[in-house]
Amino acid sequence: MEENLNRHSKISAADLERLSKEAKGEATPSSAKIIWSEFKADKPAMAALIIIIVFILFVMIASLFINTPKMMETDIMNYNSAPGTNGFLLGADTGGRSIGQQLIVGARNSIGIAIGLTVISSTFGICWGLISGYFNGYIDWGMQRVYDFMMMLPMTMMIIVLVTIIKDYNAVTLTLIFSIFYWEGTSRLIRSRTLSESEKDYVAAAKTSGTSNFKIIFKEIMPNISSLIIVDTTLSFAENIGVETGLSYLGFGLPMQTPSLGTLIANANDPNNITQYWWTWLPAALLIIILCLSISYVGQVVRRSADASQRHGIDA
Amino acid sequence: MWKTILRRILIMIPEVIILSILVFLLAKAMPGDPFTGSINPKADPAQLHHLMKMNGLYDPWYQQYWNWVVHLFHGNLGNSYQYQEPVTRLIGSRAVNTLWLALFTTILTYCFALPMGMYAAKHEGKLPDSIIRIYTYVTYCIPFFVILVIGVWIFGYVLGWFPTTGSISSTAASGLPSIGSRFYHILLPGVLGALFGTVNVVQYLRSEVIDAKRSDYVRTARSKGVPEKDIYKHHIFRNSLLPIAAFAGYSITGLLNGSLFTETVFSYPGMGLLFINSISYRDYTVITALVLIYGILNLLGTLLSDIILSIVDPRIRIQ
Repeated sequence: MEENLNRHSKISAADLERLSKEAKGEATPSSAKIIWSEFKADKPAMAALIIIIVFILFVMIASLFINTPKMMETDIMNYNSAPGTNGFLLGADTGGRSIGQQLIVGARNSIGIAIGLTVISSTFGICWGLISGYFNGYIDWGMQRVYDFMMMLPMTMMIIVLVTIIKDYNAVTLTLIFSIFYWEGTSRLIRSRTLSESEKDYVAAAKTSGTSNFKIIFKEIMPNISSLIIVDTTLSFAENIGVETGLSYLGFGLPMQTPSLGTLIANANDPNNITQYWWTWLPAALLIIILCLSISYVGQVVRRSADASQRHGIDA
Repeated sequence: MWKTILRRILIMIPEVIILSILVFLLAKAMPGDPFTGSINPKADPAQLHHLMKMNGLYDPWYQQYWNWVVHLFHGNLGNSYQYQEPVTRLIGSRAVNTLWLALFTTILTYCFALPMGMYAAKHEGKLPDSIIRIYTYVTYCIPFFVILVIGVWIFGYVLGWFPTTGSISSTAASGLPSIGSRFYHILLPGVLGALFGTVNVVQYLRSEVIDAKRSDYVRTARSKGVPEKDIYKHHIFRNSLLPIAAFAGYSITGLLNGSLFTETVFSYPGMGLLFINSISYRDYTVITALVLIYGILNLLGTLLSDIILSIVDPRIRIQ
């Protein structure tokens, strides 16, 4: 292809190389590069990013060395051991189970579900929004009515009812149930952006030259709204951590034998625990707060880098 | 205008019908039958079958659904199997608690959010603006139930300032003391809900006011020599307030969904706690009624907001 091009052009190969280098230098940097330079300019954001990555890697690796069924065995001798006693660094709960180990396994489960939920619900929401916004007309109308209907459903209640109906549910089915109800926000955002994007000239040009709808949606429009997609995905990841932990807290998320940050906080439902044995639930609560704050802080920075007028890193 | 509202309501009707079918089928799919807990385990299975037949539990689902809908329109939602009293009366007594809490939280949210939004917009880009932005963002991204648990621990148990369970003290005399006791019980959940639920109103008001600041009527007022304070009070605030009022509908639906958590943490006897309890007892007449009520309230909240918005902003009226 390139050779072919060179043969017909009057510009020499050396000139072409120089020209394309110049063009590259003048072009706007790629979004990954912009985001990276934004992080380099903002030290707290860099710290938050490092905290998140190191923490996720730590719980993923450390949980491999923990035998979950053994950890969840009741040991009445260590009933509510205080932190630092009986060999428990962070104490033990009412069943004599190590809080430290439960935190690691629970954090892994909660983060894993949040990641799965984010991937599934964002993918679905993005496709829904793109198709609904691009086709407009009757398709959009129909899809909007489905959206309205989903918005009307009392989400938390529906999830609880579904969880009680399905008998042997595990982390995967739970993630799927959550995903049914958490794509609306993304789809609405993407739809409104796609609506305005479809009016632009490049879409009209692609249509005139006979590009298929599928190609226009996923190869023309989607790359053009990619910064919005990245921002929305990061921010919804932070929110999704609250979804599973909240349901587990109420007792309708992960089963009792599978620890999650939510089931650990549910220890606080016992008046004895909440008043005397703060170590059974407070670390999990603080962990959730730190995680959510750092993830959405990273999300804020990504959002800032998507908006050229707010950047700190590159002067636009 | 009326066309928009009418069309909105017409669209609602099929939504409610589909919701009712969905809710009914889900309740049917729940494990166990309603008599499992309430009768003697030694009872004759034949008698149980008779009981099931008497209650129409062997009919095809559409027949059962139809009976349910007919009863619904007579205001009869069936009996709660757990409490052995009519569902309407049971929910009615709980709904009052939930609605008081929701109303109190909404009012308080506006009390906190309106000054904050105005102040942030007035000092756009300066220190107060960034502080308020950081505050709204921090309160927004922490899961609310974690705040509730920590709040009830600090203010309820450690400091002992607020009651941690119930909606009214058992020793409160009727009349004024009982109202006071009720208010005392919703104070902590209400304040927490308001402090951590300001983000939407603050951000919306802020951007409205910033838009208004640059508009022509404000410039005219300024050039006439209206004092800056009055411009904000009489010109900008009044114009930005109506769209904000529209948020009340949305914020009530948000509070209803949050009521499951608030009422569980505070053991506050409202509809949310009733739902959680009914789930563990498989009390599915109560469950269906509650899901239906929450769905319809969600719908009405959105409708209210949409109507206010379409009055205020002609751009979003349906053509």
